[in-house]
Amino acid sequence: MPAPLSPITLEIIVLLLGIFLLLSESFSKSGDKSWMARFSIFALAVTFAWSFFTTGDAGVDLASSFYSADPSALFYKRIALLSTIFVLVMSLDYLPTLRQFIPGSTVGAGEGEFIALPVFTCAGLMFMASAVDLLLVFVSLELVTISFYILVAYMRRQSTSLEAGVKYLILGALSTGFLVYGITWIFGVTGETNLIRIAQVLPAQLAPGGRLAGSESGLLFGLCLFIAACGFKVAAAPFQFWVPDVYQGAPTPVTAFLSVGSKAAGFIVLMRVLEPFLSQASIAAKLLPILGILAAASLIYGNLAAMVQDNLKRLLAYSSIGHAGYLLLALACVAPTDSSFGHSGVTISFYLAGYMIMTLLSFTILIVVAKHSKGDDISHFNGLSKRSPFLAFAMLVAMMSLAGVPLTVGFYGKFLVFASAVQQQQFLLVGISLITVAAGFYYYLRVVGAMYWKDSSDEAPIRVSLLTKFSIALLVFGVVYLGIFPQPILNMLSSAW
Amino acid sequence: MLNLILLLPFVAALLVLLGAPARKTALISSSATFLLSLYTLLSYDQAKAGFQFVFSKTVVPDWDLKYLLAVDGLSLLMLLLASVVALAAVWVTPRIERRENLFYSCILLISAGAIGAFVSQDLFFFYAFHEVALIPTFLLIGIWGSGDRRAVAWKITIYLALGSAILLVGLLDLHHAIPTGQRTFDMIKLGQLSGSGLIPAAAQARPFVFLLVGFGILVSLFPFHTWAPAAYASAPAPAAMLHAGVLKKFGLYGLIRLALPLLPDGAKTWAWLLLILLVGNIIYVGFATIGQKRLDLMLGYSSVMHMGYIFLGIASFNQVGVTGASLLMFAHGLSIATLFGLTGYLRQFSPTLAFDSLGGLAKQMPFLAATFGAAAFASIGLPGFANFAAELLVFFGAYKTSFAAPLSGNFKIATGFALWGVVISAVYMLRAYRAGFLGPQKADSANWTDLTGSLKLPFILLLGFLVLSGFFPNLLLNLVRPALQVLLAH
Repeated sequence: MPAPLSPITLEIIVLLLGIFLLLSESFSKSGDKSWMARFSIFALAVTFAWSFFTTGDAGVDLASSFYSADPSALFYKRIALLSTIFVLVMSLDYLPTLRQFIPGSTVGAGEGEFIALPVFTCAGLMFMASAVDLLLVFVSLELVTISFYILVAYMRRQSTSLEAGVKYLILGALSTGFLVYGITWIFGVTGETNLIRIAQVLPAQLAPGGRLAGSESGLLFGLCLFIAACGFKVAAAPFQFWVPDVYQGAPTPVTAFLSVGSKAAGFIVLMRVLEPFLSQASIAAKLLPILGILAAASLIYGNLAAMVQDNLKRLLAYSSIGHAGYLLLALACVAPTDSSFGHSGVTISFYLAGYMIMTLLSFTILIVVAKHSKGDDISHFNGLSKRSPFLAFAMLVAMMSLAGVPLTVGFYGKFLVFASAVQQQQFLLVGISLITVAAGFYYYLRVVGAMYWKDSSDEAPIRVSLLTKFSIALLVFGVVYLGIFPQPILNMLSSAW
Repeated sequence: MLNLILLLPFVAALLVLLGAPARKTALISSSATFLLSLYTLLSYDQAKAGFQFVFSKTVVPDWDLKYLLAVDGLSLLMLLLASVVALAAVWVTPRIERRENLFYSCILLISAGAIGAFVSQDLFFFYAFHEVALIPTFLLIGIWGSGDRRAVAWKITIYLALGSAILLVGLLDLHHAIPTGQRTFDMIKLGQLSGSGLIPAAAQARPFVFLLVGFGILVSLFPFHTWAPAAYASAPAPAAMLHAGVLKKFGLYGLIRLALPLLPDGAKTWAWLLLILLVGNIIYVGFATIGQKRLDLMLGYSSVMHMGYIFLGIASFNQVGVTGASLLMFAHGLSIATLFGLTGYLRQFSPTLAFDSLGGLAKQMPFLAATFGAAAFASIGLPGFANFAAELLVFFGAYKTSFAAPLSGNFKIATGFALWGVVISAVYMLRAYRAGFLGPQKADSANWTDLTGSLKLPFILLLGFLVLSGFFPNLLLNLVRPALQVLLAH
């Protein structure tokens, strides 16, 4: 029996992989760089498998540590690893498109970073999943965000990509400002940056006679700044202004990564940081309505605006806002006592896992179709069911899951969200989400309608590479299997909350 | 056994999608499903009653969520309906020019969803299977529908999606209303517990409203009915048969299976609302039916109208009325499927099916005229068909309640209105028959030909069951009664 492996080995491997990729990009001869993506996919897959053999460090005193290796952290690390793997698969399909928009005198110049940066982002996401100190939260968030700044603007010769990069840079910097300022306030008021310590000292500080008794406004101000900063990351209204343009302008694999990775990271941070505060009734009473308002705003804005989009990337951007709304709804329904469906952390994590699978699936297909149809509007999907029944069916499954049709993983997510909302008797929010679910059916089915109802002028069949075909099949299987038997994910989460 | 019945159409749908010969596979699978259902029905132990053929596999232990298949008398009745209509629907499908495999796959999926909903005794899968049918319907109407098919497909899909979402909230609220510790998705357990007043009376009103509206939208309860007539008129005949004949019964079945036993006080609280709405179904929609100028739309409206009677039986809230409602679900499913199947056949000659363009068809299409007439008379409630026995029971049940407090007055009025509905349906059905089949022949209908050969069989099958259960309603009533006794025990 080998010694138990600490989960931090996972981050170390990923970082080493990233450094290796950077170095080999610098020193290797020019040429096709797709081997780097293949190698990274393999290495990350091994790391993912490894994650099942690591065990948490039981002896560590979290109160004086930055890094926690609890099951929920491990779960989010796996989400980060899986999404990076699939993003790299997409990048392989995307490299030809990328080549057109980056200047390079030699073949393959400048492509290596496009593979290396997602790996660094992945490391950042993994650190973030483990962060129990506001400082590590900040540092890992910056690692993720800065990598994304580069990735979003990667296609230097395409104005939309540059525009997206600038928008993301400015608003991202703004949100970082919010984050740091919020952390400062929280630190200033509580005297701690470690979340475990905060949970320990907070009750005494809030109790009558404590130094925060009756004057919580400083703390609430800090938390609101923090929520605003996370709102940027998870694409929640009213902090969503960057989303449509950045999603549309960024290289499509980066868009997929943004919508999955950024959202998952934002939510694990949000949950971890808010947890000690939400367990205090006086703070929760003031924070939960704020989260509820954000949820309602995101649901309404995201889903209604998505209905009129003709560009699929843009549509998915708005739908990403809508999904942030459902996730925030679950967060706003944090139960004082555990509900019969488990902690709202389970709901959010399950939803995110499902969201990851179906979003990656739709973006993978989008890249393949866009490459052949020369565009990523919904109309470019016209007649897809004839050109490639396989892709059309996979896209059908993805859209069904995003809309929340039963027997797909997306439905279990919605089911849990609705369950916690009903449990908390939040019928106003339930009413809003009923309307947005119906709206969701409309815009997701528009894609289905295009694929199955309409005819395309171009009847040429679409060829799909073997690796892409395999990953699409895997994702479809994941959507359907987990849509019937959600237990594997729930098992991973059962010890987390 | 039930597993086989349920998986067969799913597997067949997949095979057809992957390129198996479409019509052959679909026919084989739906015949097998039908025969297996029939076998299940015959080998069901009526003396023992209760749930039989139980198959259970735990899916999520923490929530007590199971893949639980079982049938009692009520489920069996619906299973029989679903498998008969599914077979007939596959059979009557004409030659499909474009994408035949996708078409049959969709039909099989709809029937699989309906069967799954009726044999699942777990709230989650009961709900999930029904919604499986939503997307095939969207594709069927959008690709192969007639008229303004895309607008219609949008309308039905959004309407039903909204209805399902409301229903989901209702089911979750129901689940939440059950005292902690007894919460389960197991409908068998819930049915047994319901006798002892599982849910406090005060907590019943809200979940009942959600369920009533959610199921109501799916059943086309007035005023949520507007999706139905246009959708049935536009859908290809097999889809209309399955939807109007079988799938729509899901909502009624759910009300009987869940809302009445678990939320009896909620039902009493809201009975006044249900009475108003069902009178809307019968009278308002009834008059709208009379006003229709096209055969397909008229049938669509008539199917909405007949839901009113079934609602009346359910609202009566006693053994007699609910038994009548169950039998009427069965009978209406068969008669409307026959009518839509025949209409689909007629559509190949007359795309609009306007009454003006039809006439005198009885002479050249004697078989079609006879079967159409029989199904139309069954719809009206002529003795000899199951509809008659069922409607009689519904009215008896409603009258019974109308002499009991506290809603007696309202019930008398509602039943009175409902009785007039019989006259209304006689008016529009007979007018439709006259317009289509009697009178002078239209010039352009000279070369229209009657149904021939094996195409007659599905209609003979449907009408055969209708007549058999009309002359011997006790065959089915004995089956349903014990199940309803459990459900209405309180």
